[in-house]
Amino acid sequence: MRIKLEARGQQSKLMSYASPILAALLTLICGAFLFWMLGKSPMQALHTFLIMPISDPYRIAELLVKAGPIVLCAMGLSICFRANIWNIGAEGQLLMGGLVGSCAALALLDSQGIWVLPLILVAGILGGMAWAAIPAFLKNYFNTNEILSTIMLNYISLNILLHGVHGPLKDPNGFNFPESALFSDWQTMPILLEGTRLHLGVSFALLAMVGVWVLMSKTFIGFQIKVLGGDERSAHFAGFKHKRLVWFCLLLCGGLAGLAGVGEVTGPIGQLVPNISPGYGYAAIIVAFLGRLHPLGILFAGLLMALLYMGGEMVQIHLDLPLAVTGVFQGMLLLFLLICDVLIGYRIIVHKSAPKIVKQSLSIEPPAVAIEGK
Amino acid sequence: MNSGSSNSRLLLDGITKSYPGCLANDNISIDVKAGSIHAILGENGAGKSTLMKIIYGVVKPDSGKLLWEGQETTINAPIDARELGIGMVFQHFSLFQTLSVVENIALGLDQRSSSDMDRLAKRIIEVSTKYGMPLEPHRLVHTLSTGERQRVEIVRCLIQDIKLLILDEPTSVLTPQEVDSLFDTLRQLADEGSSILFISHKLKEIQSLCDSATVLRAGRVSGSCVPSDESTTSMARMMVGDETQIGSEYPNAKNDMPDFLSINQLNVATTDIFGVDLKNISFAAKQGEILGIAGVAGNGQSELLSVLSGETQLEGFNIITFPDADLTQSNPMQRRACGMGFVPEDRLGHGAVPDMSLRDNALLTGFLQGLISRGFVNQSATENFSKTIIDQFDVKCGGNNSLAKSLSGGNLQKFIIGREILQTPRCLIAAHPTWGVDVGAATSIHKALIALRDQGASILIISEDIDELFTISDRICALFDGQLSPIKPTNATSIEEVGSWMAGVFGRQQAA
Repeated sequence: MRIKLEARGQQSKLMSYASPILAALLTLICGAFLFWMLGKSPMQALHTFLIMPISDPYRIAELLVKAGPIVLCAMGLSICFRANIWNIGAEGQLLMGGLVGSCAALALLDSQGIWVLPLILVAGILGGMAWAAIPAFLKNYFNTNEILSTIMLNYISLNILLHGVHGPLKDPNGFNFPESALFSDWQTMPILLEGTRLHLGVSFALLAMVGVWVLMSKTFIGFQIKVLGGDERSAHFAGFKHKRLVWFCLLLCGGLAGLAGVGEVTGPIGQLVPNISPGYGYAAIIVAFLGRLHPLGILFAGLLMALLYMGGEMVQIHLDLPLAVTGVFQGMLLLFLLICDVLIGYRIIVHKSAPKIVKQSLSIEPPAVAIEGK
Repeated sequence: MNSGSSNSRLLLDGITKSYPGCLANDNISIDVKAGSIHAILGENGAGKSTLMKIIYGVVKPDSGKLLWEGQETTINAPIDARELGIGMVFQHFSLFQTLSVVENIALGLDQRSSSDMDRLAKRIIEVSTKYGMPLEPHRLVHTLSTGERQRVEIVRCLIQDIKLLILDEPTSVLTPQEVDSLFDTLRQLADEGSSILFISHKLKEIQSLCDSATVLRAGRVSGSCVPSDESTTSMARMMVGDETQIGSEYPNAKNDMPDFLSINQLNVATTDIFGVDLKNISFAAKQGEILGIAGVAGNGQSELLSVLSGETQLEGFNIITFPDADLTQSNPMQRRACGMGFVPEDRLGHGAVPDMSLRDNALLTGFLQGLISRGFVNQSATENFSKTIIDQFDVKCGGNNSLAKSLSGGNLQKFIIGREILQTPRCLIAAHPTWGVDVGAATSIHKALIALRDQGASILIISEDIDELFTISDRICALFDGQLSPIKPTNATSIEEVGSWMAGVFGRQQAA
């Protein structure tokens, strides 16, 4: 028997939706196998990992709290990715949003009033945008590869944040713990559901979803972004302003990631701490692709990703497994998604005959080597 | 000429090949005699390329027999075809630009004959001089002209014992003079007993070269003939059927109109290592005329187009003016806003986004036609605009939701031309406006261009098809190595003169 991949000739619409589901299933199967290898009952482990996190209202609220920042970042990333701008820097932009937002909060520590929180949020958004402006500037004027610049900036922002919490932003009355002072009630997000940590920031993710959907499917600038990503040369031919679009996409993504960051410090955390994000900005990359860069898809993928984070904590508490399980599941999910995406362009053909050396495979068809340029 | 013409070299019997939604070859039978030059004639999409790919082993037929010198044979791959002595010169060359001639040729040979490069180089010189196509084996391919590159492709086939040479539209990249010398070579080959399959839709060439012809239409054999016994009109009838109008004469424009689009002393150094510098180009297209720019591909056409559309940014002042405004430093969007329209060379991936629907592709350049209100896309206006293009220009597609890449080249061409013409530009700059479209559609595109001209638009057409330029242009010139020949009214010049301009025979560098 011989298994062969054959080009479909046309991208399969069905597979492009089925692929994320298939990837999730394969992740489950391999995850069960992984738990079995670790000496746990696969069914019980999967139950702890996937069902327990959503078994009561409080936990569901927690899931939403975790999904909020992931979805916000992924919405921004999806716009960049649609334009073929490979922004890997949502994490850094999120951290910067948290840091700048915290600076604003600490500067306004004694202020009271309804205007304080919006001001802090705007500061956080601007922080994220400023951080995203660096790769946008480098890309536009020095043709720097944004993948490299955004990844490097992630580490830089983390270190600036660490410097802040260990230095100037440290709470003078905090017994030398690397944490800022606690924010006041005027500076933190109102709780939406009493008895949970579900805060106002989570609703921003839904607003962002609607906004991104309108932007990408209704507006001319969204159209220009899609053209730029679909075919840069056509965008140039039509006269779309490439540099402006790069600024727009990166700044918008930076703003959303910054909002996610400041939402964390003013929401569930309530102060600036060294680790305000367990890799939400990186997880958002997986979420954006898992959701097919579509706002609704991203929402569901974001919830799934939040479930993995929750599940990781559950198996740590109940089964004595390391938190790294979350990372392994994230990795498997992305890996299987990429593998399954091959099926969008190709189909699997199983030949029953015994393998034989076919002459055909040795030849190079002349059109395949055509390199004639202009 | 046809020694042993009774011997069949290649006999195709009932070849059928279908692709999803399209019967490319339907029961095609052809007999190619030894030592004959046989033409396969047909419009784009008639099934010529599929048939050649079947003969060369690239594509397998669904049914039908192939007899090679009387023996039934299956050709599974190009390597089988080459072993039999079948060589093919593709329309788009398959050469590596950064390798030398001898290295390129060695790549196509088996290990044994390619290991000794010195001997191969000698053999290349020997073969190429014998057939009147001199080549220097050690030159890098990117330094060769298009005609010379074609020689490399042909010599690559001749270096092995060749019994059947297939040429796919070989003359579309040559000047008229180069065509003559290619024909001499082909006649010499045929005299030595090789068979030649010559694929073309240029009737005059087939008449002067070929001994026999098979005409294809919509995947079927619609007739066979001896070209010298037929008129070009009768062959064209076989090619397009009875209903389609074939060509027509167009009245020339009045020539007392003012200059509209002016280019003054345009000098652009290319950034592409395989590109061409534009040198001291000055011309003016008048209002209400069609100015044709002839030339073999790769002589600066794409560079000139990119400068005119604004995709290449210029510095300086008053280099491009239209009609009185200085557009030298303006971007493509500003030029469109001034009433200019553009049809680029490449349909897919330049003139249209492959993975977007026709509706979105209508918006791509039509956004200034009231399709945008306050930053939002006016969906119904866009819908209507795309439908109008599809209707008026007879674009065959599955509606305006079809992806651009799903259309055939000719249909996408009609869509892009229609998109630009329906915006009624005051100046239209078009590359190869009828590239890949059938005769009937070419006629309607020509008519639309003439109508646009008669409304007072200035039209600039850059094309490799010299016959087309003579049909529709009011004035004509040629581009060679980034320099522009003199401009003459079409009725005051001849194909021979423009042909010599295309080969660079004009007082170059004088204008400086």
